[in-house]
Amino acid sequence: MTARPPAAGTLVRPYGDRQDDGVLQLSFVLPVPAGERAREAAAEVARKLGLTQVLVASMEAAAERYTFFVVYGRTEVAVDLSTLQVAEVVTRKKGFDELNEFALREVGRRLVVLGACTGSDAHAVGIDAIMNMKGFAGDYGLERYPCFEAVNLGAQVENAALAREVVERGADAVLVSQVVTQRDVHRDNARRLVDELTRLGRRSQVILLLGGPRIDHKLALELGYDAGFGPGTRPSDVANYLVGEVLRRMGKELHG
Amino acid sequence: MLLADGRHVPDLHLDASEVVRCRALADQVTAPVLGFVEGHTTVAIERTVLRLFGLHGAGPRGVPQVNLAVDELHRRGLLGRGAAWWLGYVMRQGARDPVAIVEAIASLPEHPAPLPAADDRALREALAREARAAVAELKGRVAGRNALKAELGTGPRPHKYLIVATGNIWDDVEQARAAAQAGADVIAVIRSTAQSLLDYVPHGATTEGFGGTYATQENFRIMREALDDESRRLKRYLHLTNYSSGLCMPEIAFAAAWERLDMLLNDAMYGILFRDINMKRTLCDQHFSRRICALADILVNTGEDNYITTADADEAAHTVIASQFVNESFAHRAGLPDRLLGLGHSFEIDPARPDTIARELAQALLVRHLFPDAPLKYMPPTKHKQGDIFFSHGYDLMADVVGWVSGQGIQLLGMMTEAMHNPSLADRYQALKGADYVYRAWRSMGSELQLKPGGMVESRAAATLHRARQLLEEVAADGLFAAIGKARFGDVARRETGGKGLDGVVARAPDYFNPLLDEMEAA
Repeated sequence: MTARPPAAGTLVRPYGDRQDDGVLQLSFVLPVPAGERAREAAAEVARKLGLTQVLVASMEAAAERYTFFVVYGRTEVAVDLSTLQVAEVVTRKKGFDELNEFALREVGRRLVVLGACTGSDAHAVGIDAIMNMKGFAGDYGLERYPCFEAVNLGAQVENAALAREVVERGADAVLVSQVVTQRDVHRDNARRLVDELTRLGRRSQVILLLGGPRIDHKLALELGYDAGFGPGTRPSDVANYLVGEVLRRMGKELHG
Repeated sequence: MLLADGRHVPDLHLDASEVVRCRALADQVTAPVLGFVEGHTTVAIERTVLRLFGLHGAGPRGVPQVNLAVDELHRRGLLGRGAAWWLGYVMRQGARDPVAIVEAIASLPEHPAPLPAADDRALREALAREARAAVAELKGRVAGRNALKAELGTGPRPHKYLIVATGNIWDDVEQARAAAQAGADVIAVIRSTAQSLLDYVPHGATTEGFGGTYATQENFRIMREALDDESRRLKRYLHLTNYSSGLCMPEIAFAAAWERLDMLLNDAMYGILFRDINMKRTLCDQHFSRRICALADILVNTGEDNYITTADADEAAHTVIASQFVNESFAHRAGLPDRLLGLGHSFEIDPARPDTIARELAQALLVRHLFPDAPLKYMPPTKHKQGDIFFSHGYDLMADVVGWVSGQGIQLLGMMTEAMHNPSLADRYQALKGADYVYRAWRSMGSELQLKPGGMVESRAAATLHRARQLLEEVAADGLFAAIGKARFGDVARRETGGKGLDGVVARAPDYFNPLLDEMEAA
């Protein structure tokens, strides 16, 4: 929800240095030794992607049997902005003090927020960036917000144990971080928490958030979560979403 | 300052008395810990001893024989005498092959009959002889590795350290060869996530892992063999490293020693803080692992860089320095010389701030001057990495510059796709190309640059050293266990009785027997 939806038929194309030139840059490796056949293969990959005016700008031997390419081309592809289905999680944000004051006044208590990197995933960097006092890129973490009682449970938290924590602490929200995504391990793992909470009859009482470098809002919804946060998410994005969602469930609004 | 490898780095003037004081304090910190270590053993140490005697196989459902045997002894409260003694005991009863030995141990009564003194003596002598022979064989393998290294020579410093992490050892081999062909000096095979929390070492070649590949003795053998071959082809010795951390620290160290690995990450503090492994358990395991590394000429990497991925890199710079002094003291107590001490640190200050290079350079030069004979392992930025790979690549190059100017011995090259996915072949290629450019372009600048007396770099380094000393004063007064409890390192607090693996710590009985330890302590 940007301020105003785009008018029907608003077409956009990739922009190099002129409107609608459709310039794309690609880089990739082909598992062949460098040479003229390899160069042509790279150009053909670009053409098969639908690119025209293909230029292989760089071909370098990355190893004896692997070649690295930088390729430019132009695409005719255009996108009509007005036809896109977009689920944007955070739109307008309140500042730190304003949000805290507003949340404490409207909700009347601190919101209990648990954070964890679940299953076998040992990478706490994402959940730490959102939860820890210091936060990330100059944006304070949830532990610093007076309106939250934020508990970072760290990495490798079992889903069943996390579900029990939700019940014991009466959590309003749970932030789940998934960094390792090989063979889609994050999907099964993320679903498992939803199952556990459903089994305990708590799913509908808690806001479930999923975050990680390969997560987006759409995927999170698909896995049974309420919202998803991908790369570049700041703690304040999550904070604003949480307060907004709690208020919405109370029949109130964050931006009245 | 002239380094042993011929490079010059800008001189940093430090208060020598403060440095001396830090070392004395670090020794005060480690002394009581060593007291504890020398009175205890762990299930992992005892499993390692049994591996020395050839219990390498796995039983039903893939459980390693050493786990089966040690668990049985532990359950009966017999481990305090040392697994080697019980091995000798069941062998005297006729058990010969590993399967029979495990079965005999499993059928020991709750209170096995004691041996007459003469038999006890004979048992110990027989096993000590066998241990000596096994250690001699191990040293022979290490000597073979060192001969190949001497024959081929190694790349210039800093050694470029690249990670492979496909989950499949055969794919890792392919990626490692490609990285070596593009200029890598050190290949690190990242372990599958959460392996540090397994209380056993998986068995055999593995092709499934998450975020990395299981560390197994067979995987070590496969990769070392491939790198030997690639080293000969490229006429440049390629180093292999893995992770001797977590609940199987000493077993991994032993497997790595046997398979001729060159380096190991080995740092109890990392496991305590970031994997919630019990401190008593892992400090015992670390000491034994480091003894193995000293025996097998394995360069140890420490993990101080991790503190500043959780704590703020600028504010917590002194915790890195304090911890390095402690790690140096632990390493010396385990018999490791400075040349095998790859103390870790990193380039992690928030790039959104001004003058970060002055502060990163101050830190990197400080570490260099404090530990002049240690190779030092410098880590690239990770914490503030995001999806913009173009910025990320430029950011990594800054770390390469600081690493070069400050004379680091081993430089882990940053990946432009850090924080997104496991490195692609192209990412490693770009990292190597960029680092080579930096080292070439900055070649002589280490001896050209002089720091402004009392300037930003010098005063920052002095302030960090001063704060490190203050922290060491506190830790020496409180004790290391209590200091960790107060979140003095990495902003993470851990309790002495908390974490994983404490139930695997056992007090040594007065007649404790560990012929591998005896051999290593005598060396």
